[in-house]
Amino acid sequence: MTSMSAITQTSDLTNKAALIPLATERPAYYRMSGIEETSNVSSEFQEERSEEEVEEEIGYEDPFRYVFYRDRKEWADLEPVPQDDGPNPVVKIAYSDKFTDVYDYFRALLKNDEKSDRALLLTAEAIELNAANYTVWHYRRVLLQALEKDLREEMRYITAIIEDQPKNYQVWHHRRMVVEWLNDPSEELEFIAEILSQDAKNYHAWQHRQWVIKEYKLWDSELEYVEQLLEEDVRNNSAWNQRHYIISHTTGYSDPAILNREVQYSLKQIKKAPHNESVWNYLKGILQDLGLSSHPGLLEQILELKETHCSPYLLGFLVDIYEDFLENTLEHHEEVLSKALELCELLAREKDTIRREYWSYVGRSLQTKYGSSDSSTTTSAPGSDSGSVHQETPCSS
Amino acid sequence: MLDKHADYIAAYGSKKDDYEYTLSEYLRMSGIYWGLTVMDLMGQLTRMNQQEISDFIKSCQHDCGGVSASIGHDPHVLYTLSAVQILSLYDNVNVLDVDKVVEYVRGLQQEDGSFAGDKWGEIDTRFSFCAVATLALLGRLDAINMDKAVEFVLSCMNFDGGFGCRPGSESHAGQIYCCTGFLSIAGQLHQVNADLLGWWLCERQLPSGGLNGRPEKLPDVCYSWWVLASLKIIGRIHWIDKSKLRSFILACQDEETGGFADRPGDMVDPFHTLFGVAGLSLLGEGQIKDVNPVLCMPEDVLERLGLHPDLLS
Repeated sequence: MTSMSAITQTSDLTNKAALIPLATERPAYYRMSGIEETSNVSSEFQEERSEEEVEEEIGYEDPFRYVFYRDRKEWADLEPVPQDDGPNPVVKIAYSDKFTDVYDYFRALLKNDEKSDRALLLTAEAIELNAANYTVWHYRRVLLQALEKDLREEMRYITAIIEDQPKNYQVWHHRRMVVEWLNDPSEELEFIAEILSQDAKNYHAWQHRQWVIKEYKLWDSELEYVEQLLEEDVRNNSAWNQRHYIISHTTGYSDPAILNREVQYSLKQIKKAPHNESVWNYLKGILQDLGLSSHPGLLEQILELKETHCSPYLLGFLVDIYEDFLENTLEHHEEVLSKALELCELLAREKDTIRREYWSYVGRSLQTKYGSSDSSTTTSAPGSDSGSVHQETPCSS
Repeated sequence: MLDKHADYIAAYGSKKDDYEYTLSEYLRMSGIYWGLTVMDLMGQLTRMNQQEISDFIKSCQHDCGGVSASIGHDPHVLYTLSAVQILSLYDNVNVLDVDKVVEYVRGLQQEDGSFAGDKWGEIDTRFSFCAVATLALLGRLDAINMDKAVEFVLSCMNFDGGFGCRPGSESHAGQIYCCTGFLSIAGQLHQVNADLLGWWLCERQLPSGGLNGRPEKLPDVCYSWWVLASLKIIGRIHWIDKSKLRSFILACQDEETGGFADRPGDMVDPFHTLFGVAGLSLLGEGQIKDVNPVLCMPEDVLERLGLHPDLLS
């Protein structure tokens, strides 16, 4: 650690010499001071001559030329550690130069357990080259704490990284840690909403959102947010899941008024888009504890919808209602069973043939469980799964 | 085509200047597991360099007992499992200090029964699966609090019968595979609502025959594994239209280079190659060895270890 003071004093120099060609989407963190003024000078020269010629002519390093760590004076104290592919590697792989350079120096820092500003800067470069490398993220967190860095600035950094690479476990976990360290969730809901506006089903974003809401008790406006998302895309399964999450953790579904509100909301969405797996799963999910057939008027509403907004999901849901009815009532069994079996047959044969095995199974199960104990039923058409459903009901005891 | 796939895997990582290979160093241990397992399923494990791989794994075990993805990377339960799986294929787990591996896994369990991935504390049901799968292969399931572990996984069961990464998280086929696999190893499959979950899983099949991971998403060959294996575990694999799925998986092959891609026409990689071949195995493809749906390893390896994770019928 003898060179620590030298490192911090020369960090300004490092900043100016180690300039990376800028892309506009780069985080502000990267934009070193003092570059902009020199940019006009360098560009005129670049087209005609080689970089070495230019350097000699101008007499200073072109600030826009990427300088490898191995060529930076301020890093000369470190011995780069080449990639170890294990004993007797089959072939020495030639990685891209820049990648090799950055990661050789990263390994050197790790080996020396160096805790410095330049190390922190290097982790940012390493992350940019490979944001999935979890060891780099670990080291960055160690540095943030050891150097007592400004975590607000880190929030800005991780915000930019996530914007660039939102489908990566490490970046979201890093953000969570920074939020925890700051104990400040105030930017989260807006930030996550921004990410979701680009991909409304980003699994990592939703996990982070659920954590923030639960940890910091930010339930209040979430239902409104979910409704907004469902307005934009009623088939967004993540949003339906979130709806269930919010209500479960706040009012719950046990209040009949709330349950009915949700049932009616679902039916309304079904009218808008009948072929929507999510809403049907949701509807079934919220009713299954109480029983699908127990909700007043639901069967009638579904039968009505069947005329104008039919779908395999609706037919399947009807089967579920009938099954629940059979489980919980004693009257009208033959009639209800017959209807259920007819639907299973229709789904297997025509409406959802790719899942015909499932529908056959459901039909068989219903028949076995609720079919008449009279042997006349079981002897007819032994090979068919759904039994004799179309004709008059078997005589019952 | 199997020979072509084997050639693809055998050559993977030996090409100079392979940027993709470099970039995936952070998951190298899993990459090796994918490659070796698919080779073994195709009866070609001997083409891989056992000594080199064993030496590599040995250098990846850290003092804490955990194993990292590659040399110089930090330990993690994901790569600890991959390492143990690889060594199990070779019947040589003692390359690692097994007691230390067990200690490492035990140390990742939290008070609520969940498992962190590493010392940085990310919680995910994937890690619950990795933990018990590792211990099952080592015959050391007694090392953790299984009741609590089960309690946590069950708390991740959703209203649609599926599972997510944490309680309340959206059901996702990958997480469902991990949770059903977990419950199988824990002997708790009866806690699953097999009809409800089976329905959700067979709903993953799209008209093309391929499977997606959640409602309204695109099909991907790897979901052919996560979904199919889950269905096999809960005894409902016949609810999938097998011939349509088989056609989809085969369409994901690259006839020129060998290997499988996530969907037809895309670039191949070892990950999708394993899951394409493993999916075909589950569908009963004759030329491929039987694969175990819980551990995604050849059945004959588990037979040798005396491991028979539960399956529902």
